Amino acid sequence: MSVVDVAIRKLLRADDRHFELDVAFASTQRRIVLFGPSGAGKSLTLRAMAGLLTPDAGHVRVDGRTLFDDAAGVDLPARERGVAYLFQDYALFPHLTVAQNVAFGLHRGWLNAPRHTKDERVRHWIEALELGGVAASYPARISGGQRQRVALARALVSSPRLLLLDEPFAALDPALRGRMRSELLALQSRLDLPMLVITHDPADVEALDGHTIEIRDGRVGHD
Amino acid sequence: MPLALTLKVALWATAINLVLGVAVAFGLARWRSPAREVVDSVLTLPLVLPPTVLGYYLLVLFGRRGVFGEWLDRLGIELVFTWQGAVAASTLVAFPLVQKAARAAFEAVDPQLEDAARVLGLREASVFFRVCLPLAARGITAGALLAFARALGEFGATLMIAGNLPGRTQTLSVAIYAAVQAGDDRTAGVMVAVISVTCVAALLLAGWLAPGHLRRVRP
Repeated sequence: MSVVDVAIRKLLRADDRHFELDVAFASTQRRIVLFGPSGAGKSLTLRAMAGLLTPDAGHVRVDGRTLFDDAAGVDLPARERGVAYLFQDYALFPHLTVAQNVAFGLHRGWLNAPRHTKDERVRHWIEALELGGVAASYPARISGGQRQRVALARALVSSPRLLLLDEPFAALDPALRGRMRSELLALQSRLDLPMLVITHDPADVEALDGHTIEIRDGRVGHD
Repeated sequence: MPLALTLKVALWATAINLVLGVAVAFGLARWRSPAREVVDSVLTLPLVLPPTVLGYYLLVLFGRRGVFGEWLDRLGIELVFTWQGAVAASTLVAFPLVQKAARAAFEAVDPQLEDAARVLGLREASVFFRVCLPLAARGITAGALLAFARALGEFGATLMIAGNLPGRTQTLSVAIYAAVQAGDDRTAGVMVAVISVTCVAALLLAGWLAPGHLRRVRP
């Protein structure tokens, strides 16, 4: 059974320009890399998988579970997809502490977690990603590498079925990039969590060593 | 006591605008339609129309023989010559100040943060209360304080709908006008001093609140 099975079409218009996304790919591997230049449609594909963009047609299946299928009339909202999303610049909530950010997805009501949350899962992920020293800090006060680890902890705390990563290393300086790549790989194999990474950087493709799918001009490239 | 009445009216008007202005602002910030700017212009009218015109509109709409008069009557609400009428006048006049500030604040919230909250499992209502509202709170607070100061000084529309009944609808600005008309310059002077000091206090409070909030949002 494939880990991901994606076929989506979407026509986007803005003023007089338009862009047609028409990608289809499937993979049985637990590490998938979508590789291509910026503007190729990688992020749109990721957004469609997460439920943040509704395709015109096609389907999105993860682990055999249908998240979107226009023919069958299925379109699960983002909150029910069980898919975690790591944004390129992490999208940490600036008004919440590191611990509150990590706890964000655990409570789905109208109130944010208290500043001193005692949730066991939050503590576990803060320990696991070595964020103990900054748990009470705000995102603006921590380093780039720490920000990425907060975003990872926040994504992983609700046990997703798939982790989507949008250019996870682009916001880091080159010295840090290598270290974060190996940290991510170690974490992924420890959790055995399927992940799909998009990148324009050939060095990422080499380091991640997964099923690489090339995307150009809104289409899957054939080499 | 005109001061107590004025504060009561201004506080009510600010509270109503906090709910109404914030709700309308959030709707407008999200609404993708060419009609949006038309609606925004109409909602901004209270800033530029003469208060007497606004008072006239209130009478036509909510007076006893007004369009919604019977409807209000059934709810037991009477706006003409009551302090509730003064609240309606102040609310209308100060509405754009809250709405404009709140809309700008909502539009400044990074949409990606809302997406992050959705992917993390939140419904739209929770996204609003946990992401949009806290991040826009500073701008909304600033708008609300301006609205409060504006409501404190409301004169024209209040006089049109609530009248000038000492002890019942006579707010400070109306009482000042009445005192000057009666040649009672001493009383007028005292009340002018009171309203000036109250407004300075409100503006100081605004200055004190805003940076405090800034510290929380951007540590």
